Amino acid sequence: MPTFWHIYIAAGTILTIVWCGWLIAWSAKQGPQNKGDDELVGHVWDGDLAEWNKPMPKWWLYLFFITIFWGVGYLIAFPGLGGYQGMLGWSSSGQYDEEIEAAAARYEPIYAEFAAMEWDDLVRHPEAQQLGASLYASYCTTCHGSDARGAKGFPNLTDDAWIWGDSEQQIVTSILNGRNAVMPVLTPALGGDEGVANMVTYVRSLSGLVEADAAATAMQPMFVALCSACHGVEGNGNPLLGSPSLTDGVWLYGSSIEDVTATIVNGRNGIMPAHGELLGENRTKILAAYVRSLSLDGGSAGGMQ
Amino acid sequence: MDTQAQYNDTVVRQFAIMTVVWGVVGMLAGVYIAAQLIWPALNFDLPYLTFSRLRPLHTNAVIFAFGGCALFATAYYVVQRTCHARLAFGKLASFTFWGWQLIIVLAAITLPLGITQGKEYAELEWPIDLMIAVVWVAFGVVFFGTIYKRRIKHIYVANWFYGAFIITVAILHIFNNLSIPVSLTKSYPIYSGVIDAMMQWWYGHNAVGFFLTAGFLGMMYYFVPKQAGRPVYSYRLSVVHFWSLIAVYMWAGPHHLHYTSLPDWAQTLGMVFSVVLLAPSWGGMINGIMTLSGAWHKLRNDPILKFMIVALSFYGMSTFEGPMMSIKTVNALSHYTDWTIGHVHSGALGWVAMMTIGSLYTLIPRLWNREGMYSTKLIDVHFWTSTIGVVLYAVSMWVSGITQGLMWRAVNDDGTLTYAFIESLKATYPYYGLRLLGGLIFFSGMLIMVYNVYMTVRDRKPEPVAVLEPAQ
Repeated sequence: MPTFWHIYIAAGTILTIVWCGWLIAWSAKQGPQNKGDDELVGHVWDGDLAEWNKPMPKWWLYLFFITIFWGVGYLIAFPGLGGYQGMLGWSSSGQYDEEIEAAAARYEPIYAEFAAMEWDDLVRHPEAQQLGASLYASYCTTCHGSDARGAKGFPNLTDDAWIWGDSEQQIVTSILNGRNAVMPVLTPALGGDEGVANMVTYVRSLSGLVEADAAATAMQPMFVALCSACHGVEGNGNPLLGSPSLTDGVWLYGSSIEDVTATIVNGRNGIMPAHGELLGENRTKILAAYVRSLSLDGGSAGGMQ
Repeated sequence: MDTQAQYNDTVVRQFAIMTVVWGVVGMLAGVYIAAQLIWPALNFDLPYLTFSRLRPLHTNAVIFAFGGCALFATAYYVVQRTCHARLAFGKLASFTFWGWQLIIVLAAITLPLGITQGKEYAELEWPIDLMIAVVWVAFGVVFFGTIYKRRIKHIYVANWFYGAFIITVAILHIFNNLSIPVSLTKSYPIYSGVIDAMMQWWYGHNAVGFFLTAGFLGMMYYFVPKQAGRPVYSYRLSVVHFWSLIAVYMWAGPHHLHYTSLPDWAQTLGMVFSVVLLAPSWGGMINGIMTLSGAWHKLRNDPILKFMIVALSFYGMSTFEGPMMSIKTVNALSHYTDWTIGHVHSGALGWVAMMTIGSLYTLIPRLWNREGMYSTKLIDVHFWTSTIGVVLYAVSMWVSGITQGLMWRAVNDDGTLTYAFIESLKATYPYYGLRLLGGLIFFSGMLIMVYNVYMTVRDRKPEPVAVLEPAQ
C-alpha cells in the first residue's frame, strides 16, 4: 500500500474514534441535567412534539466507553491502522498456515500408517474404509454422487467399467493429478449428417443396442480409420487414453441416438480435477482404495454409510 | 385558501397506500421462495420462477418497494409537520412517486427475466440505476427544499435521520453502481476482484445502516412520541447517538468479508467499528423506549404502541446480534449459514416492518381525516400475527444456522469431516418448514391490514389540512 493510503486510513480511523469520545465528553458538559418531567428543551413542533433533555443512562455511556477502549486495544494488537501490522504479528494467512500445520502434525501419522499398507489389504481394511468414506463424502459426492453411482458425464464408481484403469497406480493417478478425456468433433470427417447417423448406428450395435443395417455395417472401415486409434479396432477402449469401451454397455454420456449423436457431433471434454494439493499422497491412496472397494464383492458399495 | 397554507398530503397518501400493496407483494414472494426451499418442484421448471431469480425480487420488493414507499410517505409527512411548511416543489414530489413506482415495476419485470448485475441488493441494471439516481436526487431536493422553507429554527431530530438517509443512500447507490454498459440490459462494474467485493459490501451494509436503520429511526422519532403523546426522552442522547451512528456505520461493511482475500487491515476495521456501533445503535432504542416509559398503561389498549415497542425491542436485539456476528470467531461459525437469514429477518420483519406498520396505522386515519383506523381489534390481531410470525421465523433460522455451522466444522478423530454437505441440508429441513409457517403467519397479518386500510379509506374524501402555525 502506498504511504499516502496508510496515513489516510490510519487518520480516518483515529479521527472517527476521537469523534466518538469527543461526543461523549461534549454531552457531559451540557449544563445541568434536568431530571424532572416538566423541564423541556423548549422547542415544540407540530403542536405537541417536544423534548426532554434527560441524562444519558450511565450503563449506556460505560458500554460506549468499553467498546471504544476495546477497539483501540484491538487496533494496537492486530493489523488495522493502515500498514501497521499489529503487536501480536497476527495475519489471517499466518493463522491458516498454523492451523494446517497443527492438523498435519496430528493426523498425518494416521494417514501414513494406512498408506504404508499393502494395496490389497488396504482395499479391505474396515478402518481405512471408514476414513476413505469420509474423504469421499467431502471431496467426491458433488460429481460422483452420495451413492457413488455418478451421473451423466460423471462416471459410476460402483460398476466394473474403469475408464482410466482399476490398478492402484491408475486410480491414485486419477485422483492425484486429475484426468482429461477429449472426444473430438467428427462430423466433417464423417461427411455430414448421413455419415454421422450411420456411425451412430454402428457404434450402438457394438454393445448390441441395435442391429446394424447394411449402411451401418459399411461404416466399419471408417470406424477403424477414425475411432480405433483411441477406442481400439474392436471398440474395447484404452485406459491409457481414458477412451471408454464401446462394447460393455456402460455409457458415460448416454446411449440414446440423440446422446451418441451429440457425442460425435459436438465432441466431449471430460475433466476430473487434480486433488493432489488438497489431499496429499497418503490420503489419496486411502481414498483410492475406498473407491476401488466400491465395485468389489463385500466392499463398501453403496457409497456413504 | 392559498394552497401554500395547506400541507401536500396527496403524495403522502399515494406512497402510504403503495406501501401496503408492495408489502403484500414482497412478502408473498418471500413466502413462495421459502416454500421452494422445501419443495423445489414449485419452480415448475420455469426459469422465471427459480429461487435464484425470485429471491432478488423478494429482497428488492420488501426493501425498496415496501420499505422505500414507507420512507417516502413518512418523510414527506414528517418534514411538512415539523417544518410547519407545505412540501417544496409539489410537481417534483409527484414525480418521485410515479418515478419510484415505475422503477419498482421495471424491477419486477427484469429480475424474473434474469437481467441482473449480480450484486446483492444492487441487482438492477444500469438504465434502472440511472432512474433511481434521478428520482433519489429529486427526493433530496423536495426534502431539503422543505427544510429550507421551515418556519421554526430548530430542525426536529426525525429530520436529521431522514436527511442523513437520503444523502448517504444517494452516495452509496451511485458509487456502487458505477459500471460500463455493453447493451441495454448488461453492464460490467468498473471495479474488479476484491475491490468490487469491498465496494459492494460498503454499499450493502450501509444500505442496512442508512436505508433500514437511519430512515426508520426518523420514522420512530416522529411517530413514537406522537402516538405515546409524550416528549422525546433525551435531546442530548439524540445528538450523541445520531452523530456517532452515522460516523461509525460507514466503516462496518468489511465484516461481510471476513476470512476472504480482503486485506487483514480492512477486515479488522470492519469488525472493530461494528462492535463500537453497538452503543450508538442502542441510543435510538433507549430514546424510543424511554419515551414510551410513563405511558405503559397505554399499551393495554393501543395495539399501535405495541407494534412500536416490539419494533424497538427487535431493533435493540438485532443491533446487538449484528456486532456480535461481526466478531471474527463468531463469524467463523455464523457466516454462510441460515443464522444470517434469521438476523436479517429479525431486523427486516421485527424492526422495519413492525415500525412501518405501526406508523401507517397512526398515519392513515390522519390522511383520510378520521379519528382512527376502521377496526382497532384488527390492528391487535395483526400485531399478534406479526409478533408470532417473526419469532417463529427468527428462532427457526437461528437453530438451523447454528446447526449448519456446527455440522460443517465437525471433525472426526482421523481429521476428516464428520458430515457431508448434503447431511447438513437434510438437518435443516424441519426448520425450513417452521420458517415457512412463520412467514405465512406474518403474511396473513398483512392481508388483515389490507382489509382494515380499505375499510378505513373507502368512501372517505380526504380534506386538505391547514399548515399549523409554529408555537412561539
